[in-house]
Amino acid sequence: MQEFFQDVMQQLAFSPPGWGKNLLWGLFTTLQIAFGAYALALLIGIGGMLGKVYGGPVMRLLLEIYTTVIRAVPELIVLLLLYYAGTDLLNYILIKLGYPPADINALLAGILVIGIVQGAFCTEVFRGAVRSIPVGQIEAAQSFGMPFWQRFRRVILPIMIPRALPGLSNLWLITTKDTALLAVIGFSELALTTKQAAGATKSYFLFYIVAALIYLCVTLISNFVLKRIENHYRRGQKKLA
Amino acid sequence: MDWTWVPQYAPKLLEGLWLTLQLTFLSIVFGMMLAIPLGLVQVTGPNWLARLAFGFCTLIRGTPLLIQLWLLYFGLGSLFPSVPVIRETWLWPILREAFPFALLAFTISVAGYSGEVMRGAFQNVSKGELEAARSFGMRPFKVLKRVWAPRAIQSVLPTLVGEFIMTLKATPLAATITVFEVYGVSNSIRQNTFLVYEPLLLVAGIYLVLVLILVTVFRYIENKMPQRALR
Repeated sequence: MQEFFQDVMQQLAFSPPGWGKNLLWGLFTTLQIAFGAYALALLIGIGGMLGKVYGGPVMRLLLEIYTTVIRAVPELIVLLLLYYAGTDLLNYILIKLGYPPADINALLAGILVIGIVQGAFCTEVFRGAVRSIPVGQIEAAQSFGMPFWQRFRRVILPIMIPRALPGLSNLWLITTKDTALLAVIGFSELALTTKQAAGATKSYFLFYIVAALIYLCVTLISNFVLKRIENHYRRGQKKLA
Repeated sequence: MDWTWVPQYAPKLLEGLWLTLQLTFLSIVFGMMLAIPLGLVQVTGPNWLARLAFGFCTLIRGTPLLIQLWLLYFGLGSLFPSVPVIRETWLWPILREAFPFALLAFTISVAGYSGEVMRGAFQNVSKGELEAARSFGMRPFKVLKRVWAPRAIQSVLPTLVGEFIMTLKATPLAATITVFEVYGVSNSIRQNTFLVYEPLLLVAGIYLVLVLILVTVFRYIENKMPQRALR
């Protein structure tokens, strides 16, 4: 038993024969991608919602295609398509401009592809939240003569945020877990680092369990923080069913 | 765009599609068979069992499916000591034996996510309906079969359909453990033909159609359910 623990500690150690440092670096990359992608998704979500609710027919059709296709096709396939199309497009532009083709920064590419995918889900979350605002409240703001941006900032956003929060929390949890898909494309975040560690040491079970526990910790800590945020924004309101 | 490869690879793609459908359907069926008791014990079960079920759901929902899949296939698979009998036929069974691991991983995933949904569903069936059933002299199991479970499932059917679509959309992950479902087939086509986009686009289209079919079927089922206009 003691030998077993010694072996485990050795494999997870921070100095080179152990893989602890690599795993932590993988976690750091994963979190970077998740934060970046989530921020991008929120931006796309707000923009997409505005376009869907207030935009013209062409804008609405385009956004409808974007959200429907992205939400119906498996994330993995969308990621691959976006990744290849993105690199090809960039290199095409670079060559046209007379530059040599470049390798895209892996971190940035990961953030972009995950962000674009989650942005579609985010658009729908925001749209649902806006739809649930009682029309009377917006009409009241209009009757005060508030211009659109003021109305948006002072009335729509404050009423919308608490209603969007459960969906947004869910989206964050999905985003952190979706980063693992990047391992299939070959980004060395936590999942791929784990695969490499498992393959190199042949202790498959140990490393996958450790990776699962790390992801679980991220989720549990996120849950705790998200609950606090939700409570803050929902203070003084009735509890949802 | 070059689509001339489609007729040549059509049989392989159909095989892959069949595998995708099998994986989705079986994991949903087995997963729901686990999810209903998982939700139920969290509402009525003894404390330790409720905690266990809650822990299971949290564990499954808190880790990426890809890691679960790899943990089961590479991790658990490597723990099984190499029995000589299995070793003699080395290459063939590997392709065949990945499927059970994928099915297990997807089933557990459906059970975890839907178990959580079913917990809320069982909780939200109004007490009066259950009391009415009991006052008819129904035994607890019959109450569950005739009133509690149907009412619970009915109330969360749209959410469950969402989970089922997630499951369908997760099946490409099985390709990473050598299950040649439709995405796995497209990958080998890409390697053979050196085409980057076309096979991926075809698979994307196939999934789009599958999701639409799934949504339509469940919308039909939803409409078939008798409903009182209460809310």
